[in-house]
Amino acid sequence: MTVGKDDVRKIAKLARLALDESRVEPMVGELNGIFQWVEQLNEVNVEGVPPLTSVVEQRLKMRDDVVTEGDAANALMANAPSGEDHFFVVPKVVE
Amino acid sequence: MSLPTKLTDFSLAEARDAVQAKKVSSKELTTAFVKAVADARPLNAFVTETPEKALEMAVASDVRIAHGEARPLEGLPLAIKDLFCTKGVKTTAGSKILGNFIPPYESTVSQNLWDAGAVMLGKTNMDEFAMGSSNETSHFGPVFNPWRARNSNANLVPGGSSGGSAAAVAGNLCLAATGTDTGGSIRQPAAVTGTVGIKPTYGRCSRFGIVAFASSLDQAGPMTRTVRDAALLLKHMASVDPKDSTSVDIPVPDYEATLEDGVKGLRVGIPKEYRIDNMPPEIEQLWQKGIEWLKAQGAEIVDVSLPHTKYALPTYYIVAPAEASSNLARYDGVRYGHRASGPKDIVDLYERSRAEGFGKEVQRRILIGTYVLSSGYYDAYYSRAQKLRTLILRDFTEAYKKCDVLLTPATPGPAFGVGEKTADPVEMYLNDVFTVTVNLAGLPGIAVPAGLTANGLPLGLQLIGKAFDEATLFKAARAIEIAAGFTAKPTEWWRAA
Repeated sequence: MTVGKDDVRKIAKLARLALDESRVEPMVGELNGIFQWVEQLNEVNVEGVPPLTSVVEQRLKMRDDVVTEGDAANALMANAPSGEDHFFVVPKVVE
Repeated sequence: MSLPTKLTDFSLAEARDAVQAKKVSSKELTTAFVKAVADARPLNAFVTETPEKALEMAVASDVRIAHGEARPLEGLPLAIKDLFCTKGVKTTAGSKILGNFIPPYESTVSQNLWDAGAVMLGKTNMDEFAMGSSNETSHFGPVFNPWRARNSNANLVPGGSSGGSAAAVAGNLCLAATGTDTGGSIRQPAAVTGTVGIKPTYGRCSRFGIVAFASSLDQAGPMTRTVRDAALLLKHMASVDPKDSTSVDIPVPDYEATLEDGVKGLRVGIPKEYRIDNMPPEIEQLWQKGIEWLKAQGAEIVDVSLPHTKYALPTYYIVAPAEASSNLARYDGVRYGHRASGPKDIVDLYERSRAEGFGKEVQRRILIGTYVLSSGYYDAYYSRAQKLRTLILRDFTEAYKKCDVLLTPATPGPAFGVGEKTADPVEMYLNDVFTVTVNLAGLPGIAVPAGLTANGLPLGLQLIGKAFDEATLFKAARAIEIAAGFTAKPTEWWRAA
């Protein structure tokens, strides 16, 4: 599997990463280098092998569906780059 | 046993005993380390120093000791990797995107340490979001290894991603430090700085409040100067935690109590696949020495096979970026972190905040992860990699029918020069060739200093254990430590710098 410039632009868009046009070409090379290296995984027959979903065998723990912590609006807003009265401020989304 | 003359030369356990016996106060000890940290700024091991907080905590500890209320780590100054959220103290993860982030909460591991009485000296430098093997991807600049080759002034890397913690421990800037290990980030830097580092079994330590990289692989662990110190510190880092559903409710044993039990009758597996192509003779010889040391102390050596070893690194470089691309989606310039100025719309805000806030290696991994998870490629990459993990874990399960622990080299070589391996990402990734399988299988692994290269640089050996059998790892590591008699220390060149 190899990627081209359009693939890189598309992935960057999906990842919401602005990628300067001058970085596209080098990134194609870097990603293909890595993808070529991981190609070797295709040598392995994984037919019938289940994917590993948990490294330690245990059931997901359950807890009561109640509020454990809350009322921390001021703390939550403390790191916001832009906020007003407990709202995060972003550029206009709806026309 | 006689104590070192300099307070900063104390091991964690020696300092504990001295403080508890009121031979030295926490304030004296902390003052000495605060100075050592300030004197070692040329190493760039710390992103944030917290001297006032350290002294405040030390004074409070001394009051407790005077009242006979000392806790297990009372008054002992530690360094914390900047991946652990510390309430009210800047936590950057080595990234520009979190450059001004002040967490409103504390990670469970660090909280456990404060509850045990420990003192915080500051936050250590690291590869950005723990993505790196040399500490060169940090937004705050590289860390320099306290060690230099004999007759050389060239700066070497301290390994990564917990490079600042490793340098701080090796340079005697703290009694011990915390690290995190996703593919080798505790064991690899420990090995190249002549220190001890253990990645516990996945689930042993809570991940709550640790900035997430690859959630199915990340695990916290101690970085120390001795095996005893690692046993002591892990005891107080580990806990089951309602805030991390993957933390495991298995009692944490008193690792120190069984530390000196010896390796008589212990079955030590030697995996033949770890004899990689082009392995430097020095690594091969050290491995052989390790085998001899354990044999001489009564261990039984068994040859074992882990046939899928060579697929571990490529598997890792699918799984880890995939999970990272999901975890790092939260950095959007809206709720916290860096925000681009003058966005023309919301998408522009996301795209530019992320492009400006993330460094090159992090961006590369986000793109790899996004690609392997994208529609049409999921089965070919991510799903196949997760199946490979099953095969890698089965290799270990099979091997453990014949042995109790595995002995391997910790790294393919000693510390390398700053800038030497940054050009080719795959070459950099190969530094984790011996450590990464352990993360994929969720097992515990420890790196122990075992010797010096011909030009005077430290090398380590790795022991890999069964799940939740850290106690056996500590015992075996202690046996290596005794046999190796590793007492070398770097010259403190940074004091003159």
